[in-house]
Amino acid sequence: MSSAAEATGAATWSPVQWIGAVMAWIWVGVPFAYGLYQLVLKIPALFG
Amino acid sequence: MAPGFLTRERIVAPPGWSRWLVPPAALSIHLAIGQAYAWSAFKAPLENGLDISGVASALPFTLAIIMLGLSSALFGTKVDANGPRWAMVMSSAFFVTGFMISGVGLHLGQYWMVVLGYGFVGGIGLGIGYISPVSTLIKWFPDRPGLATGLAIMGFGGGALIASPLTASLLSGYGASGDSPSVGGIGNTFLTMGLIYLVFMSVGWLLIRVPAEGWAPKGWTPEGAKKSGMISTGMVSARNAIKTPQFWLLWVVLCFNVTAGIGILERANPIFQDFFAETGTAETLAAAAVGFVAILSLANSLGRIAWSSLSDVLGRKNMYRIYLGVGALLYLLITLVPNQSRALFLIASVLILSFYGAGFATVPAYLRDLFGTYQVGAIHGRLLTAWSTAGVLGPLIVNAIADARIDAGVEGPARYTTAFSIMVVLLIIAFVCNELIKPVNSKFHEPEKAPAEATTPVTAEKGAQS
Repeated sequence: MSSAAEATGAATWSPVQWIGAVMAWIWVGVPFAYGLYQLVLKIPALFG
Repeated sequence: MAPGFLTRERIVAPPGWSRWLVPPAALSIHLAIGQAYAWSAFKAPLENGLDISGVASALPFTLAIIMLGLSSALFGTKVDANGPRWAMVMSSAFFVTGFMISGVGLHLGQYWMVVLGYGFVGGIGLGIGYISPVSTLIKWFPDRPGLATGLAIMGFGGGALIASPLTASLLSGYGASGDSPSVGGIGNTFLTMGLIYLVFMSVGWLLIRVPAEGWAPKGWTPEGAKKSGMISTGMVSARNAIKTPQFWLLWVVLCFNVTAGIGILERANPIFQDFFAETGTAETLAAAAVGFVAILSLANSLGRIAWSSLSDVLGRKNMYRIYLGVGALLYLLITLVPNQSRALFLIASVLILSFYGAGFATVPAYLRDLFGTYQVGAIHGRLLTAWSTAGVLGPLIVNAIADARIDAGVEGPARYTTAFSIMVVLLIIAFVCNELIKPVNSKFHEPEKAPAEATTPVTAEKGAQS
């Protein structure tokens, strides 16, 4: 259990792992942000 | 012999692997298959280009939702046994092939190939993909299952936010928009989207990892996490789960919660225009109605992560009390006080849609609480037949009632009084069902060793017979 519990420790990450993690979140975050932005553009008409 | 690329053994996380890499893997799949909610972007081009009816153009979507429920129920046990990478590869293969068959079919002028491709083949991809990361996320986040599954299932709602502008842009670029769209252009849109999703989804199956045997977050123990009587430390197999009243009560809860959400979602644009017909010119009203649909989509998506995360604090049963009880009161409010205040109507609609999305997002964690992690993916798959049922029956009921009222010459909000009243009744029934959910009888629990053996279909079968 103790060694397995260490698996969560982000502190043990190497720089390569950090870059990989950031890239993975960008991969899903950017398209989602784009979709969200396109959606938010339509909302002001509701209050216009 | 080294384990195969798709096997569970191959993706056991090494020491130092962060669980925060698992949500992006799940989102790569859910943001892609969530495209299904943006099917309406294809409807007008298909109707104008192929001269088909609105019912015919809705057929691929309807079939896809039916296949989502059926395939998640049929393949759920296999997904749990073979692991998330296998499931994600299968989901990608079916989903992308569906787009390809549709694209080729349109170039050949064969609409039935769109129904078969997008609806049948793509629908199988939806079902396998939807459940593929759920049990893995629950195992990585035993301390915050609501947050983890809420994040992934928010992706399914968010998929439409990406696909809508993407589809519109591709259709326009291929000359497939307007009154006389190019059918070949619609086909090219399908082919291009298939290729985009092929690349996008690959990150999911490359990145996904399962926790090592006995792994737990630092300082977390199953016994310590058992904060309420609803959270079980016993494990129930998928075959045993469907023998319990808890499963079927939750099935009704999900089915009626989805139906109630569809009550507004299905006709959001005309509902808004009927409620506020006298508040502006036709142009401003039409633009405002588009804004209304947008804000509902946002509520649907954000409700999934927000309310589901809160369920980790308040408990799953209490959250469904809010979704169903407050949801019923809000429906009652817009039925009794329909168009006196636009702000009131907006707040009520936004909350109803956030509860609709949250119902989907919270249910995997509710299943984990009741049945344990042993075959939670397979149990979730079987429960999704409730979604298919609501996805077909909900629009059918709402449209039939609203259309009948319109044909009878009824004007304004009164067109929806009957439909909204039915939603209130359904939500009350679902509320009662939620109240009846109690911890699962221990006679359905697996023997102690079962969770560790859950990786092979043989033991899954053995467990099911016990």
